[in-house]
Amino acid sequence: MTTTKKLVLIGNGMAGVWTIEHLLKLAPHAYEITIFGAEPHPNYNRILLSTVLAGGASINDIIINDHDWYRDNHITLYTGDPVIRIDADQRQVISASGLHVDYDEVIIATGSRAFIPPIPGSDKDGVIGFRDIKDCETMIATAQTHRKAAVIGGGLLGLEAARGLLNLGMDVTVIHINEHLMDRQLDLPAGLMLQEQLEAQGMKFLLGKRTVELTGKRRVTGLRFTDGESLDADLVVMAVGIRPNIDVAQSSGLTINRGIVVDDHLHTNIPHISAVGECAEHRGIGYGLVAPLYEQGAVLAKRLAGLDTAGYEGSVTSTKLKVAGVDVFSAGQFADTPQTKSLRMQDDIDSIYKKLVIQDGKLIGAVLFGDTSEGSSLFSLIKSGESIVGREKELLTGYAGGATAVSPLQRLESMADDEIVCGCNGVSKAAIGDAVLQQGCHTMGSLKACTKASASCGGCAPLVEGLLQLYAGDSAQVTVKEGMCGCTSLQRDEIVEQIKTMGLKTVKEVMNVLEWREPEGCSKCRPALNYYLGMLFPAEYEDEKESRFTNERYHANIQKDGTYSVVPRIYGGVTSPADLKKIANVAEKYNVPLVKFTGGQRLDLLGIRKEDLPKIWEELDMPSGHAYGKTLRTVKTCVGNTFCRFGTQDAMAMGIKMEKAYERLTGPAKIKLAVSGCPRNCAEATIKDLGLVAIDGGWELHVGGNGGVKVRAAELLCTVKTEEEVMEWSSAYLQYYREHARFNERTAAWIERVGLDHVKEALADQQTRLELVSRIEETLSYTSDPWKEIIAKDELRKNFEPLHQAPLTGSTTSIY
Amino acid sequence: MTKLHVGHIQDIDKKGSRTFLLGETEIALFHLSDGSIHAVENSCPHKKGRLSEGMVCGTAIHCPLHDWKIDLRSGKVQDPDEGCVHTYNTEVDPASGAIYITF
Ligand SMILES: Cc1cc2nc3c(=O)[nH]c(=O)nc-3n(C[C@H](O)[C@H](O)[C@H](O)COP(=O)(O)OP(=O)(O)OC[C@H]3O[C@@H](n4cnc5c(N)ncnc54)[C@H](O)[C@@H]3O)c2cc1C
Ligand code: SF4
Ligand code: FES
Repeated sequence: MTTTKKLVLIGNGMAGVWTIEHLLKLAPHAYEITIFGAEPHPNYNRILLSTVLAGGASINDIIINDHDWYRDNHITLYTGDPVIRIDADQRQVISASGLHVDYDEVIIATGSRAFIPPIPGSDKDGVIGFRDIKDCETMIATAQTHRKAAVIGGGLLGLEAARGLLNLGMDVTVIHINEHLMDRQLDLPAGLMLQEQLEAQGMKFLLGKRTVELTGKRRVTGLRFTDGESLDADLVVMAVGIRPNIDVAQSSGLTINRGIVVDDHLHTNIPHISAVGECAEHRGIGYGLVAPLYEQGAVLAKRLAGLDTAGYEGSVTSTKLKVAGVDVFSAGQFADTPQTKSLRMQDDIDSIYKKLVIQDGKLIGAVLFGDTSEGSSLFSLIKSGESIVGREKELLTGYAGGATAVSPLQRLESMADDEIVCGCNGVSKAAIGDAVLQQGCHTMGSLKACTKASASCGGCAPLVEGLLQLYAGDSAQVTVKEGMCGCTSLQRDEIVEQIKTMGLKTVKEVMNVLEWREPEGCSKCRPALNYYLGMLFPAEYEDEKESRFTNERYHANIQKDGTYSVVPRIYGGVTSPADLKKIANVAEKYNVPLVKFTGGQRLDLLGIRKEDLPKIWEELDMPSGHAYGKTLRTVKTCVGNTFCRFGTQDAMAMGIKMEKAYERLTGPAKIKLAVSGCPRNCAEATIKDLGLVAIDGGWELHVGGNGGVKVRAAELLCTVKTEEEVMEWSSAYLQYYREHARFNERTAAWIERVGLDHVKEALADQQTRLELVSRIEETLSYTSDPWKEIIAKDELRKNFEPLHQAPLTGSTTSIY
Repeated sequence: MTKLHVGHIQDIDKKGSRTFLLGETEIALFHLSDGSIHAVENSCPHKKGRLSEGMVCGTAIHCPLHDWKIDLRSGKVQDPDEGCVHTYNTEVDPASGAIYITF
């Protein structure tokens, strides 16, 4: 834990620092971190340069982490000092100013630079790219003294630069080599609509033009094209593409294709050197958008934190244009091919265009113009790859499935809770709702600060604003979402999901990473997290006794006067004279005030002093009956065909078999079973979490029953013939419940919530059942008898004894 | 005032507790994650639950009987419930780990 290794990050940009932020959450003290940045600034949000240029934000607004952040996290930061080489033999990073810094791990995240095509004259003053704060400042300064600007490149970046320059009062012409704008994201109709709108805003376009020369002496004065025409300009912004920054990698001997070649775990070809972000090339692709780079960063952070990760498998990307007054969205594959079918809708009056590209019944691409409110829901359909057969037209026309006028609010309402609204930061609709309802965020600013939604590219801002309205505007009608407890606003499924994806392995880690409000949680969340972790990682997770309720810590039932009660295991309710004698002897010896049969056919010794518990267990020498925990309690049985004249099957044998099979199984709540030998059901199996009723030649499995606070009759899950099938279905059902119910949720409540059909469906496939069976068996293989353990270990046993102290009059007493 | 040696810090698990009798009164000692030791009367103001059997979260103890939450430093019951338990001053000898309480 405390061995701090040295980690050096080269490149103080978005992907690199995001990786560090993530790493700090997962393993706060694992590394001593040094960051080198070529730029003189702390880490800032490059995406928002467009907004800065357009006048919507100042440079200060876009700083993501200021100098204090680096200091608070003990990160050494060198700005304005690019790294020139990594010496892998010496494990050192060497900077331009001559610093040599040792490393155990190094991350290259040098991003990319604007591609300046080798056109004659492109080295003149007044020719720049659009990449960093410096470029932004150059444009702002130039606008003070010059009027005519040309932007080469009609893609996302070029158009955002052009919009900014317009705002700065310049006369702007965009030169694009293709016949329509944003041809990498849009098809022709959408491209033409976009052009029309931008022209209405004052932008000029020269399409299908190739620049051959930039004219002027020292400073640029104009452009010449292949067709002989020319254009005057005293500022030229090149926005024709980016090139990965690979200088460091090249001088260090790394394998490079277009970018630095990395595998699914972001390894380069040299050990301990990783690369992430725009400078990296993964499976032949270099990404130029933040969302996929953040996904890479998450994988890398986990790997560096020593956690398991499935690796990065590439991303489907989506883009939006951040130009005021124009709504453009594009995701996935938008071009038609012989394998695809597409649906289009074009409304020239309101300037709305939509296109869905479908292949094999799945949505693989979408283009939206004029109304992009469905962008994120379409994007999640593309990513999930689910079938949209039968819904295609509904998707094209919006959510109401034929109804004509759907208000934007209605559309937001129908959006699924887990849908990602802000792709850059992975913020779901539910997270926004929660911030508004639970944390009282009622302005865009506080929402941003709290969830990070729209804090990066800002493309989702309209959606976020809409959601803010939806939740805050009419909060009386919105059901308030409750987190698992007061310590978090997250709910069970979100938490379990995060534990799984981030590979969180202790209660403390979950609370740290998921930003619990109470550092040590409370009596509600601690036991729940302890259960979820144990359920998810039965082999590795070490149970936290201190996160268990009293009963489970002392393995007996606490009673109202502070005494405990002890219930030894009696499988299937069938005992022997010898065991009865043992119990009777212990009861006599320890003056047990009350002996009683429990509701589940077991013997209960009540009124035992805590300090007597270990001695009683020792003398009983019987396994713990687990009558106290969120575990398998008892399997109640009738006599079945062994003695009963109606019995059709051996209920006792079946009950004993089940009790032995599931003994000590933990659950989200207590689990009670019963087995009846015929439909007369004397064991009352139909008010149990799982009840078996024997029929002629088979067994019925009834589930979700409860005889407790809210009586509920069980429902028939299935009817099977053999005992093997009984065990297979029972195991699968119990494990499915363990994996899906909320903590403290009995099967009855769970099945009412999800529906029996859902459970039936989930268990219908035998392959799935067998997988569940193997998981429950694995879990069971790690259990042990807690009574035995405590008897054997002084370390545990001491907690049952009061402290011995010196008598009041002893020598350690002093009066003062 | 009387100062009494009641045990050693190693005797109590972190986030755990031990008890001892002081005359007629049972006192619970808690060992918090930050290493500090707190002593309170081992009886919940609600229905006399034995606080030593509860769950320690931060600086609070959750009563095992009905989950009242009580701050171990002040002895005050946390909202929405009301009440107070008696607390005792504790001292831990940094060298030996010996725990003393004064009353
Ligand atoms: C104007 C603009 C608008 C954008 N809009 C969007 C958008 O709306 N949505 C979106 O998803 N993406 C957008 N992007 C792209 C997005 O900003 C990048 O994909 C992202 O910043 C890449 O992150 P990175 O860490 O790989 O590189 P960068 O953020 O570029 O960081 C790399 C850093 O490394 C530094 N560096 C380079 N070489 C060295 C060296 N040798 N030593 C030390 N430091 C070095 C660089 O100076 C730079 O600071 C936009 C980009 C720009 C320029
Ligand atoms: S359930 Fe059937 S087999 Fe069992 S005791 Fe009742 S009548 Fe007999
Ligand atoms: S006795 Fe403590 S909460 Fe009821």
